[in-house]
Amino acid sequence: MKRIQAEGIEKRYGTGDTAVTALKGVSFTIEPGEFVSVMGESGSGKSTLLSIVGTLNRPTTGRLMVDDVDVYALGQDARADFRRESIGFVFQNFNLLPYLTLAENVMLPLATVGEKKAQKRAKALAALERVGLARKAGRLPGQISGGEQERVAIARAIVGRPPIILADEPTGNLDSKTGKEIMAIINTLNAEGMTIIMVTHNPEYAAYANRVLRVADGILAH
Amino acid sequence: MTLGDIAIGNLRRRKGKAFFVLAGLLIGVSTVVALLSLVTAMKEDINHKLEMYGANVLIVPKTENLSLTYGGLSLGGVSFEMREIKEEELANIAKIPNANNVAAVGPMVLGPVTVGGRQLLMAGVDFQAFRVLRPWWVVKGQEPDDGGALLGAEAARLLGLATGGRLTINGRELTVSGVLDVTGSQDDGLIFAPLAMTQELLGKEGRISMAEVAALCSGCPIPEMVQQISAVLPGANVMAIQQVVKGRMETLGHFEKFSYGISGLVLLVGSLMVLVTMMGSVRERTVEIGIFSAMGFRGSHVIRIILMEAAIVAGLAGVLGYLLGFGATKLLIPLFAEGGHGAHVAFDPILAAGAFVLSLVVGLAASSYPAFTASRLDPNEALRAL
Repeated sequence: MKRIQAEGIEKRYGTGDTAVTALKGVSFTIEPGEFVSVMGESGSGKSTLLSIVGTLNRPTTGRLMVDDVDVYALGQDARADFRRESIGFVFQNFNLLPYLTLAENVMLPLATVGEKKAQKRAKALAALERVGLARKAGRLPGQISGGEQERVAIARAIVGRPPIILADEPTGNLDSKTGKEIMAIINTLNAEGMTIIMVTHNPEYAAYANRVLRVADGILAH
Repeated sequence: MTLGDIAIGNLRRRKGKAFFVLAGLLIGVSTVVALLSLVTAMKEDINHKLEMYGANVLIVPKTENLSLTYGGLSLGGVSFEMREIKEEELANIAKIPNANNVAAVGPMVLGPVTVGGRQLLMAGVDFQAFRVLRPWWVVKGQEPDDGGALLGAEAARLLGLATGGRLTINGRELTVSGVLDVTGSQDDGLIFAPLAMTQELLGKEGRISMAEVAALCSGCPIPEMVQQISAVLPGANVMAIQQVVKGRMETLGHFEKFSYGISGLVLLVGSLMVLVTMMGSVRERTVEIGIFSAMGFRGSHVIRIILMEAAIVAGLAGVLGYLLGFGATKLLIPLFAEGGHGAHVAFDPILAAGAFVLSLVVGLAASSYPAFTASRLDPNEALRAL
């Protein structure tokens, strides 16, 4: 079983003369537990690729299989459930909700799960512990540094124990030292069996991956 | 962490937006509450005045002739057959379906008498009933017992009698127990005495000339009561004294309709305010909604968050709106109810519950479109970062 299998993925935005093709028939596979970096220039289509793999962006043509499930054949609700159970997102801009504490932000993916609050809180604290921020669980995102916010974003991505982590330039807004700390955490998660797909511009961080997918003008160059 | 926690957290963060939604609903709900409370208070005021008005149904003997009096001016020289009603028949009034609304039945026997060479009209009445039927009477002295008489102001002046004076009617000497203050009505020229004694003096035992009925008007349609009394008194002509009532009720009816119109309009404006604010809030939260989608929230979860926020604010607006409307009515009632005498505003649990439910319904209805729009947001558009 392949963890991810993309077959002839094409994505067009707009129609007629203004139509832009972001991905032009991309195919690839990713094995369970693999760590894959996606590299490319700005506008090359790598973010589009990540959003399609994240089941957030339906391709114009082609098929995406995740654990042998044709995810875009699922209904909207089923796809949302699939996303909650199988995929953790780490955004470049952290995207933490400023009015929720760090613990509450980490609990966010569990908000729709029928568990007791105490259970959810225990899971969130465990996830924060993994990124070294359990003691700051009660703070608001505005009260911690950028590097710490990215760590919270990672804790939020892993709190539901999804098999896949999608990270969009997780070190993009961080200094070198903090970036390395973040990469160390991501590397550990991969070592524990999580499949990681990470978009990055930085060859140094791309080198953490087992494999690099290069995207140029919507085409994949392995 | 639940969807409710997210809703509450967002309300705390976006206090300005929450305040606008609250204000929109608050204005609508409080206006509705104030107008409805005013209408209710004014109705009560009118009912109260009607009770103060005394008799509002007249029972007179059925006759084929019309009365030749107008505005108190009697065209003399014409004599009518004088029919009367049997006093015992009045007991049938207690059997009508709306008997509970009958506050008092006042039988009256009338007959001309000569006192000191002057012709006057004598009225035998039940003084207990007349306390209800003539609440405006001011008696100098006291109500008469058997052997006593109460003089109208004009009758006392003409006869030159005061309390304690004596007069002889049909050979029987009566003591003036009291004199009425001027009423400006026909009562001023009458000699009032207890019913049974007067019947005996006039030779009309067991018969009455007319009767007055005071019906409480809260929830009792006077025309229906007139029909009911007519049915049990086939020999009598039953009439409602309703010109004044009708006029005021019609005015109130117009005001009531106007109030409903204004309430509807204000609610519409309030709901539009909620709609616009909630739409603005959804647009402002595009990224946040995108995050929810990325975290695996279904569209229905997003709808629930937004409707929960609306419900919390709307519930608060319902409670505050009732209190504000209640306070506004208290302030306004003296302007609407002629000095506010008799009109008062009390806590109405049904109106309070209605205000709460109305606020919830309007708040949720106005937020449903923004909630639906939020649930349909393309998460990829929302998360441009991806």
